[in-house]
Amino acid sequence: MTKTPDQNVQKTVKKLVLVVFAMFGFGFAMVPLYDVFCDITGLNGKTANTAAQVNDKGVDESRIVTVQFISHLSKGIPWQFEPMVREIKVHPGEMKLVKFYAKNESSKDIIGQAVPSVSPGQAALYFQKIECFCFNHQPLKAREDVEMALQFYVDPELPEHISTLTLSYTLYDVTESVES
Amino acid sequence: MTTDVIQDTDHQHDEHHDHKMTGLKRWLYTTNHKDIGSMYLWFSFIMFLVGGAMAMVIRAELFQPGLQIIEPDFFNQMTTVHGLIMVFGAIMPAFTGLANWMIPMMVGAPDMALPRLNNWSFWILPFAFSILLMSFFIGGGAPNFGWTFYAPLSTTYSNGSTAFFVFAVHIMGISSIMGAINIVVTIMNMRAPGMTYMKMPLFVWTFFITAYLLIAVMPVLAGTVTMVLTDTYFGTSFFDAAGGGDPVMFQHIFWFFGHPEVYIMILPAFGIVSTTIPAFSRKPLFGYSSMVYATASIAFLSFIVWAHHMFTTGMPLFGELFFMYCTMLIAVPTGVKVFNWVATMWRGAISFETPMLFSLAFVILFTIGGFSGLMLAMTPVDFQYHDTYFVVAHFHYVLVTGALFSIYAGAYYWLPKWTGYMYDDALSKWHFWCSLISVNLLFFPMHFLGLAGMPRRIPDYALQFADFNKWVSIGGFAFGLSQLIFLAVVIKCIKGGKKAEAKPWDGAEGLEWTVPSPAPYHTFEKPPKID
Repeated sequence: MTKTPDQNVQKTVKKLVLVVFAMFGFGFAMVPLYDVFCDITGLNGKTANTAAQVNDKGVDESRIVTVQFISHLSKGIPWQFEPMVREIKVHPGEMKLVKFYAKNESSKDIIGQAVPSVSPGQAALYFQKIECFCFNHQPLKAREDVEMALQFYVDPELPEHISTLTLSYTLYDVTESVES
Repeated sequence: MTTDVIQDTDHQHDEHHDHKMTGLKRWLYTTNHKDIGSMYLWFSFIMFLVGGAMAMVIRAELFQPGLQIIEPDFFNQMTTVHGLIMVFGAIMPAFTGLANWMIPMMVGAPDMALPRLNNWSFWILPFAFSILLMSFFIGGGAPNFGWTFYAPLSTTYSNGSTAFFVFAVHIMGISSIMGAINIVVTIMNMRAPGMTYMKMPLFVWTFFITAYLLIAVMPVLAGTVTMVLTDTYFGTSFFDAAGGGDPVMFQHIFWFFGHPEVYIMILPAFGIVSTTIPAFSRKPLFGYSSMVYATASIAFLSFIVWAHHMFTTGMPLFGELFFMYCTMLIAVPTGVKVFNWVATMWRGAISFETPMLFSLAFVILFTIGGFSGLMLAMTPVDFQYHDTYFVVAHFHYVLVTGALFSIYAGAYYWLPKWTGYMYDDALSKWHFWCSLISVNLLFFPMHFLGLAGMPRRIPDYALQFADFNKWVSIGGFAFGLSQLIFLAVVIKCIKGGKKAEAKPWDGAEGLEWTVPSPAPYHTFEKPPKID
């Protein structure tokens, strides 16, 4: 051995400290990695937040897919928020328009933001929105109400084993972050 | 392993070096691995009693259906802090304490490689737990979001204790990382000449691998709690869907730490019983090298099974199958270990001293915990068992009758070496039998409660669960009281008793038995010779 034991100790410590910092960084690197992974696979049920192209793959009339709509209010937003239709049956490729009803039940002006999620997660990539209220903020004055439109089609390439998909919207109060 | 040791019995030399300080200063400034090991062990036992007291509160509330003693929010604080203290305050420091005491003596080193760092990694721990326990006295109370601190419970819905929790965990993490670095550096650089890696006692091997796990995953935990902190107080949206984050991602990152963490709490236990079982069977450990490889494979597999904690979050089928099969694969190296322990005992001249009793109980009861883990690994049934008392039964079998019992086995095994006296045999057997009976009364019925659908972390339950819960609570109180017997045994043993020989167990192997009992303050200043 050419090195003294102390130098060996120092060398090992340096390597291990490097691993510690690398793993701390890896914890944060998992955030973008997870997003990229989910964008490719659609695993977390997030749908695209920009408008999709109109369907050019034709309508598959041999299949019927059930699309369910549900809504949640996040903590502390005093709105009423509900799908006006709970469930519809569509042929893959067929364009549909559904509406959601929202009412600000408080005496304050509030800006809401709906965040969509599709279950099962795999179907998220095949749920194409042409127009959606979730693309934008939705400001509502005190006591104001609105009917919000969602225009969509289910991609004909939806995997065979999926026959029902559920679209869930959670409504958040984003007034503070928009105004600041 | 055959060792031919030239003992450094020059006690005059020891006295000469022994400029021990007295009183509090000795403990505050000490860099001696034996002092620090003792402090770790005492600290973990105190934390064990604190966390145990919280478990008693939980069991008192669950003694009857309905809400009678505490508020639901306080119940949640109890389950959360009980978990945090037992994981980070009791089991992990107890293992670090054993590592500090035994590893330098087992590899023939005079001390740990980084003695001052060692002092620091112990002394920041009391501060971490003071911060955590202090949160009971602030407005919103202590953390109530479960020891797993799932977002958004710990972020959006936090009761104001998140900052206390995050900083406490940060300090615990730093302490663990420093301790782990110290263990790795000691093992890699301080082994006596001739002690190759494959001659190291298995105890040292398991701590070596555990320390690597700690170095790999504790920084990830630090990252996770940092993200929770900034989400809660600084407006980031790592886990907040409103800002584009994803709460399910929290679970992925947390369990990427969390699953290796459960092996951090069990691999050292494997090391301890692999030391005690050969000693009391008077046979060398069966399949030493397969034990080393099995430990390493378990450590490797622990990184690719995390999502089995998340089957019900809506993973795609492929993910569920992948994590199910990988999890089941862990049963193979674990099975190798259990087989080797049984094969070690096979046709051995077994005697049933207290360390052996705890080790035998470990092998049987840990295997029960392993089997219930296999049941939970199966995705379709996990949908039913998820978040029920079946899970509580599973991980308490693994951590109480697994990790804790192994610590007791180790403590009884090395107490004569630490104190220089034999412990009170009759009292220690009371401790064992009371613990064994009460721990099974405490945790076994939880399997049935879980299968029948009783959810965990809820302060109330449906009437049909009342009888089982009453028995579970009685078992809980009995188990809690039984642990005080251990305290009595240890205090009695420190004060005196039958003088212990250098090697009180005739089947024991290893360098630690070549030094006198109690182990002198400084050992192996000249490295021993090993063939």
